[in-house]
Amino acid sequence: MEEILNRASKVAEEAEVFMVSSEETPVEFETNRLKHIQSKQSTNVALRIVKNGRIGYATTTRVDDIENLIANAVATAEFGTTAHFTLPSLTSYPNIEVFDPDVEKVTQERMAELGQGMIDALTKHTPELICEAAVTRIIAYVSIINSRGGQARYRQSAFTTAIEGQLIRDTDMLFVGEHWSSCHPLLEPGDIIRAVLQQLEWAREQASVPTRSLPVIFTPHGIASAFAGPIIAAFNGKTVLEGASPIAKKLGKGVFDKRLSLRDDPTIDYRPGSSPCDAEAVPSEATPLITEGTVSSFYYDLQTAALAKTRSTGNGHRSQGGQPSPLPSALVVTPGDATFDDMLHDIKEGLVVEQLMGATQGNILGGDFSGNVLLGYKVEGGQIVGRVKDTMVAGNVYELLKQVAAIGSDARWVGSFLNTPSIYCPSVSVASK
Amino acid sequence: MVDIVTASQQLAEAFKGQDADYVEARLTEGETSHITYRGRQLESIGRSSAIGGNVRALVKGGWGFVCFNDLSELPDKVALAVKQAQFVGKEESQLAPAEPAVETVPSTIAEDPANVSLAEKKQLLDEYNDIICRYPKIQTSMINYSDSQRRTIFLNSAGSRIEQERRDVALRLAAVAASNSEVQQAGISLGGLNDFGAVRGLHSEAEQLAKRAVDLLSAPHVKGGEYTVVLDPILAGVFTHEAFGHLSEADFVYENEQFRQIMTLGKTFGEPHLNIVDTATLPGLRGSYKYDDEGVLATKTYLIREGKLVGRLHSRETAAKMKEAPTGNARAISYRFPPIVRMTNTYIEPGLASLDDIISEIKEGVYAKNWYGGVTSMEMFTFSAGEAYMIRDGKVAELLRPVVLTGNVFNTLKNIDAIGNDLDMNQGGGCGKGGQSPLPCSNGSPHIRIRNCLVGGR
Repeated sequence: MEEILNRASKVAEEAEVFMVSSEETPVEFETNRLKHIQSKQSTNVALRIVKNGRIGYATTTRVDDIENLIANAVATAEFGTTAHFTLPSLTSYPNIEVFDPDVEKVTQERMAELGQGMIDALTKHTPELICEAAVTRIIAYVSIINSRGGQARYRQSAFTTAIEGQLIRDTDMLFVGEHWSSCHPLLEPGDIIRAVLQQLEWAREQASVPTRSLPVIFTPHGIASAFAGPIIAAFNGKTVLEGASPIAKKLGKGVFDKRLSLRDDPTIDYRPGSSPCDAEAVPSEATPLITEGTVSSFYYDLQTAALAKTRSTGNGHRSQGGQPSPLPSALVVTPGDATFDDMLHDIKEGLVVEQLMGATQGNILGGDFSGNVLLGYKVEGGQIVGRVKDTMVAGNVYELLKQVAAIGSDARWVGSFLNTPSIYCPSVSVASK
Repeated sequence: MVDIVTASQQLAEAFKGQDADYVEARLTEGETSHITYRGRQLESIGRSSAIGGNVRALVKGGWGFVCFNDLSELPDKVALAVKQAQFVGKEESQLAPAEPAVETVPSTIAEDPANVSLAEKKQLLDEYNDIICRYPKIQTSMINYSDSQRRTIFLNSAGSRIEQERRDVALRLAAVAASNSEVQQAGISLGGLNDFGAVRGLHSEAEQLAKRAVDLLSAPHVKGGEYTVVLDPILAGVFTHEAFGHLSEADFVYENEQFRQIMTLGKTFGEPHLNIVDTATLPGLRGSYKYDDEGVLATKTYLIREGKLVGRLHSRETAAKMKEAPTGNARAISYRFPPIVRMTNTYIEPGLASLDDIISEIKEGVYAKNWYGGVTSMEMFTFSAGEAYMIRDGKVAELLRPVVLTGNVFNTLKNIDAIGNDLDMNQGGGCGKGGQSPLPCSNGSPHIRIRNCLVGGR
């Protein structure tokens, strides 16, 4: 890495080398039994340079092919965008724990037992259920160095368990499932099993909802599939800078319900979305996005922050080996005080949305979503009475979150990117067959 | 450092004497370039090069898979894959027979993107971007261009050694219009195999999509409910891919007794005018190849013929387990993944009706055009139109806000009551499955009419 930096610094004004190497071991189950064990080793080096004021960028998996890497970065710098940022110099980083050595020690045998245990517990409850499952452990090493003396290094562990069950009766299909992740080994699958069993129980009967506006509770999964896409796009500093975000000019203004607060938070120990710094070596920090209904800030990487005349919030992340761009680390919605049962009991006739399919295909930037209820339940007289089918839910995030009926106290993680309670909306457009 | 040819020789040696029913390896080297714009700003330009490979082993029905960037110590990697497979395997390995092949497949390249300079690519994209950005009321644009060249060597323990090369080109143009706090967008996706020409000459398309984004600002929402819907070839292609294509992938079916019963060959899925095909054998389409990632020759597979289910897509394992012939549909997005059953180029064969015939009988309906996205959960599907209009009294009427269509595939295919004569293939986007996305695929159809289709709206 140092050699790449040294040689790149000779042909460019600024240079930054980002390297990530990882080992990922997924143990996979198909049709209720162990099917596949994988071992995935990968190394990737990304070089970003500023030459004649312009950004050049190249990546390679060949750590020994420095010449080609530098040549590609130089070739792209000729056409690259003008660099407005300054790379961070040597600094200190917050102490955020994201590595648990115990993850490495979990054997493939133990992972296979864990997966089979989850499947056995579910098929004991519903014998016709056909499950796919994956138990995965990941160890990653991240290093960043730059020509201003900035340097950051950390290692991160992750452990994920995912299970999906399908139940087919004639041409009727039910899909249930959960996925959990942590930097610790997840060796006690009790909670994940209970969550899926609850879905099976609630979906036992079929029910139908009328085509009209109804009160709807979005569960944490439901929020991830309906609201997360538009919110992530709207608070992206780049979307704001372009004027393409509907809240671009609403900083400091009340746009959402006063009970709603949202932050991006990569500082929580042992979460896979956490890290001491972002992919540009900017120290991590919690960034409040919505504070009691008011738009309080947007999230930025170095370049976008410089263009917007503000500072990076440590959200310069690289997706799929690309250049850093503003991305949330981990979104956290502050829980409210309503229990899930409180919210249910308030509904005479309505819907619980657990999973929306295809919700973010529409005009995300405008806040619109519209999706098929893949997993959702009819509520009648304060009780869940069964699962709905052939039902679509449509709405606009800004209209729905302007005034909510309640925010739940049942906050939980959905994957590694979102921690939220359920949100109860008094009136949502529902169409069904 | 070891190149992939040398590595393939070392691997072939390492395959010998392994205690496994079957071993294979894929080695890949390649380069990709991307250029993206957001508004007037070129946002990102970059080049990546990669080399890597994998070894996959089968022992008693269990699979082990190892992938790597480092091409050293290859015998250890083979041994690890075999060891993993041994740990998993407790049954009997089943693989449909595939004739071992030794071949270097010549690639027929129309216009090689590698021979077009960065300066020329940028010039072309600048022209498109300028057309979009200077259109009144356009707030910003989004352009994503990428091309890749990839050379792959496949080898297996039965003696196959297949070398294939491909060049892939993909482009998405999008325009974002804004007024007050309203934001609307319109986009198109295109691509081509072995041909940079596929993304040339799109100036009038760029202008049209800018206009559409602006028009959407004042367009009404459709009222949610059931409609007679006419799909253009692009959207009907996506519908075919999402609503039916995924169901015909045998890996969903082969070990699932209930699902096998739903997908029994001979079962009626549509009216006798409905024919659906998947084939990787058509030149120039993004889903095409000679051999799949298990070294099986590509075929043309009828999935639905005269309304009846007659075939499905297979890997060697699913074909063997279902006692059907392999179809050459095992594909992996890269060396980082094992091959799984995927579509290639999937389309509805043309019928006789003209677009006018299809629309003229509709009193009130929706004309949905252009791809925006789509997903499926086997039984239910949802896909969205990039462009939609009301149909009133047999004529295309006002523009609508983007619509999402959803339904149950088993009913919806039967509800197709007219098939046009104007087959067209859609080369944009890519398919995602099992964490492998976007895989180059194409899909297509003539215009089709669907009765009683559920449209989401307010």
